[in-house]
Amino acid sequence: MKNSKLSRRRVLRGMLNGTAVTVALPFLNCFLNESGEALASGAKMPVRFGTWAWGLGMNTSIFTPQKLGAGFDLKEEIASLEPVRNHINLITNTTYFRDSFQNLCHYTGWVIARTGAAPKDTKDIPGETIDVTIANQIGSSTRFKSLTATATGDVRSTYSYENSNTPNSPEWSPLQFYTRLFGPEFPDPNAAEFKPDPHVMVRKSVLSGVMDQTRGLMRTVGTDDRQRLDQYFTGLRHLEQQFQQRLEKPEPIAACRRPPAITADPAMGLEAESVALRHRMMTDLLVMALACDQTRVINMAYSNASSTTIKPGYEKPHHTTTHEEPVDAKLGYQPNASWFTRRAMESWAYFVEAFTKVKEGDGTLLDNVFIYATTDHAYARMHSLDNVPLFTAGRAGGRVKTGLHIDANATAATRVGYTALRIFGVDKPSWGVNSNNTSKEVAEILV
Amino acid sequence: MIGTAGPVHKRWPAKVLCSGVAALLTILAVAGCSRSKEPEVPATPPHLRLITTQQYLNTLAYVFGPSVTLDMKFAPLQRSSGLLANGAAVAGITAAQIEQYQRAASRVAAQVVDEEHRAYLIPCKPAADKGADKACATQFFARAGRLLNRRTLKDSEVAAYVEQADAAADKLGDFYGGLGLVLESMLIDPEVLFIVEKGEPDPDRPGKMRLDAHSLASRLSFFLWDAAPDDELLQVAESGKLQTRKGLEHEVDTMLASPRLEAGVRAFFDDMFEFDAFDSLSKDSTVYPFFTGVTVADAREQTLRTVVDHLIHKNLDYRDLYTTRSTFISPALAPLYQLPASEGWTPYEFPVDSPRQGLLTQVSFLATHAHPGRSSPTRRGKALREILLCQVVPPPPPNVDFSKLNNPDAHYPTQRDRVKAHLTAATCAGCHRMTDPTGLALENFDGAGRFREKENDHVIDASGDLDGKKFDNIAGLAQTLHDNPGVPACLVNRLYSYGSGMAATAKERPLMQYLTTSFAAEGYKVPQLLRTIVLSQAFSQVSKAPVNTEPLPQMPVEKTQQVTLNDQVPRQAAAN
Repeated sequence: MKNSKLSRRRVLRGMLNGTAVTVALPFLNCFLNESGEALASGAKMPVRFGTWAWGLGMNTSIFTPQKLGAGFDLKEEIASLEPVRNHINLITNTTYFRDSFQNLCHYTGWVIARTGAAPKDTKDIPGETIDVTIANQIGSSTRFKSLTATATGDVRSTYSYENSNTPNSPEWSPLQFYTRLFGPEFPDPNAAEFKPDPHVMVRKSVLSGVMDQTRGLMRTVGTDDRQRLDQYFTGLRHLEQQFQQRLEKPEPIAACRRPPAITADPAMGLEAESVALRHRMMTDLLVMALACDQTRVINMAYSNASSTTIKPGYEKPHHTTTHEEPVDAKLGYQPNASWFTRRAMESWAYFVEAFTKVKEGDGTLLDNVFIYATTDHAYARMHSLDNVPLFTAGRAGGRVKTGLHIDANATAATRVGYTALRIFGVDKPSWGVNSNNTSKEVAEILV
Repeated sequence: MIGTAGPVHKRWPAKVLCSGVAALLTILAVAGCSRSKEPEVPATPPHLRLITTQQYLNTLAYVFGPSVTLDMKFAPLQRSSGLLANGAAVAGITAAQIEQYQRAASRVAAQVVDEEHRAYLIPCKPAADKGADKACATQFFARAGRLLNRRTLKDSEVAAYVEQADAAADKLGDFYGGLGLVLESMLIDPEVLFIVEKGEPDPDRPGKMRLDAHSLASRLSFFLWDAAPDDELLQVAESGKLQTRKGLEHEVDTMLASPRLEAGVRAFFDDMFEFDAFDSLSKDSTVYPFFTGVTVADAREQTLRTVVDHLIHKNLDYRDLYTTRSTFISPALAPLYQLPASEGWTPYEFPVDSPRQGLLTQVSFLATHAHPGRSSPTRRGKALREILLCQVVPPPPPNVDFSKLNNPDAHYPTQRDRVKAHLTAATCAGCHRMTDPTGLALENFDGAGRFREKENDHVIDASGDLDGKKFDNIAGLAQTLHDNPGVPACLVNRLYSYGSGMAATAKERPLMQYLTTSFAAEGYKVPQLLRTIVLSQAFSQVSKAPVNTEPLPQMPVEKTQQVTLNDQVPRQAAAN
């Protein structure tokens, strides 16, 4: 911590005094030990948060395991989860409560899962999404407060919102995402040499003029616009922090490797294979962004809620299939609709497994993350909001047990989100609105 | 352009000063004399609109010329009441977006000061390349700042930029490097990225407010040109002439006659027709192997070319867009239209008996409102209602019994047979009667927009009706749509909302009726409608902005960030 303006001791003393203290940035590095594998205090690397989303639920007869607890059975729709079964929890039979609001197809469900509240219409996001709440808690010191990506190739595919009018637009191009993360501005923590760039010093210095201008403008506008400019001001502060971090030699992080360069985007298209390829590329980038401590919160969307993934040669995309394909009398489910769900589960397995490929301390990155995976409906054909399956993955630094199938007994799906909030130290006595309000964690998965 | 080479986009290039434009101006002037009285509607507060990617690019192209390029798209706005533009006045902004703006600014500024461009984009040479030059920096920032901020900067503002540039030049030992980094900061200034409107008392209407001259100039320019005001418009604003009826009319007529109007009209129709869908449009390549990424781009371009040619170059009746057989064809589109390919874009007129009649029969409409592997009468009918008639089609009820639609594959040869259940089941029929009868009339075109007479060896029945008007085929649908009074009324609503920056409300209905009547009286000519809108009192009136007395956020101390530990330190780390 040779370059840091603050010692860890001084920072902690300020905190112990229990009052707000003004300090110069950065302060993150003073929490890391020399190897970068653990914090200076000797504690493990911090627990990081992720979300994953797939659209259009599942077919319960071939999805929901019979057996509860550990060693649960993998029915055909989730057979691909075999390699990650012990790394995940499957919580079935949860409920999205719409209360007095309409069931807004392919919207109400995921909005409840992510905000804890039922939306009043399809433009309404009734509060910040859970990733934003957790990023506000743990993401302020890293290069990126959070990172959001989609496998759809569509810049509008996101489940992350600051509010109704402020979506966190996803990275949709692997090439652009690579450049943003690991291009020339990547502060490689393991680089042999470090030389502060004078251009960055100037950038940081002139930014104060832009901040001044923003404050000046804030005096002249009404309340709503003031809030938007306040967001702008906060963004400028974060930019300034990024510049400052680039002026300081980062601590080495053993697990961090700059991935091989991506030089071209995969072809556009929503064929399941194209989506899976884009999903793999985005996942690998997100995982390494976490391993290199570029962010502590990530969001990955495999598909939109009204998934438009295509099965080559089959005329209907996923969403239309769930509504128009007949139930096969012999099988008891819609075979093509299930084909799409199986592809989603394959990608979920890839996503989870990717975290196990990164060694961190004595274990893997997956030991130090907590991932929350959601969908919009249980049975998409009928837009059902009960019997909803959710997943978690990762052991959250040893706070969470994995490998379990839990029956939520029709209780609020928001319990899983509330569990996540508690794990990350968000000080809320409860989470959610009306029937979705809960103060009950999913105790079965907590150590 | 700010350098020595002169503006790239001249307002009056010689070729444009032709009889066509002269005729247009004559029509505009004559029509302007026959105006009836505009109804008074409540004023709305001035807006703070986020600039769009295209507006930013168009502005940069004007300020720095077309050789400064930027291959980047900002986060999209959210569509509201039919337009993305309505989202600009409420759009929030995330830290990731600021980072994106900064990267864009960095790329632009680096190009402006590089060795290739500096000679003609920087209007002076420094005494020495390796250090500060106050005089040259002042010249540069005063001019660039005026065009980017859309107002003349105060001397103190220019001085602040120059001071920063001097310090940067000294630190870097590079005049151009310092200039570039300060330009970078100017490009992410909130007054550049937000279109900030301000009101002032209206001297002609005591107690009422109007947009101040700069705000009016910006509203006009972003509406008509999809770019910031040019030097001339700023001069007119600063001289006070823009706030006079005569001065405003003169400026508006000049702007309408400029070739830059094309960019404005393109941007509007790209928004109204929901062409952002093209950004993620893809087809099942096993079903439509000829439908490629180039097809997608050209289908969008074809319609925009048709619209600009019809409405601006030829100044024809807006409604005729829905029956016109005139268009443009590119090599990538030729196979879809079953035409021989020629090089580049070629004007083309379909024969009188062709099924290609109007915009509904262009690939842009047919392919975006279809499934990846097949057509969709419901999607097409819904798009016709919502996009062209400004109606709202409710979403399907969540508990609908879809078993009525079971087994659509095997026994029903055509879409008409398949969607029949929609029209007979009580829960479906209410909405599907709005959508399917028009969508089915487009069934002669498959999901990629290719013509077909038969589906599964059965001749397609393309008859239908629109609000009780029956027709036998696509030509009938095109004519019915052409004659539907909702079509021009919808355009008026969208155009006014787009120009004024917010969706028209019920209180503005009398104004919409007035504008629609004017539009009809003037032969449904869009340039004239634009003129009527921008010269209306409603376009430039505002209400008083609410005052905010909350404390401002703190500025950093000693040019570092001020943070509150309790807010910033991860609890995770603190606990350890």
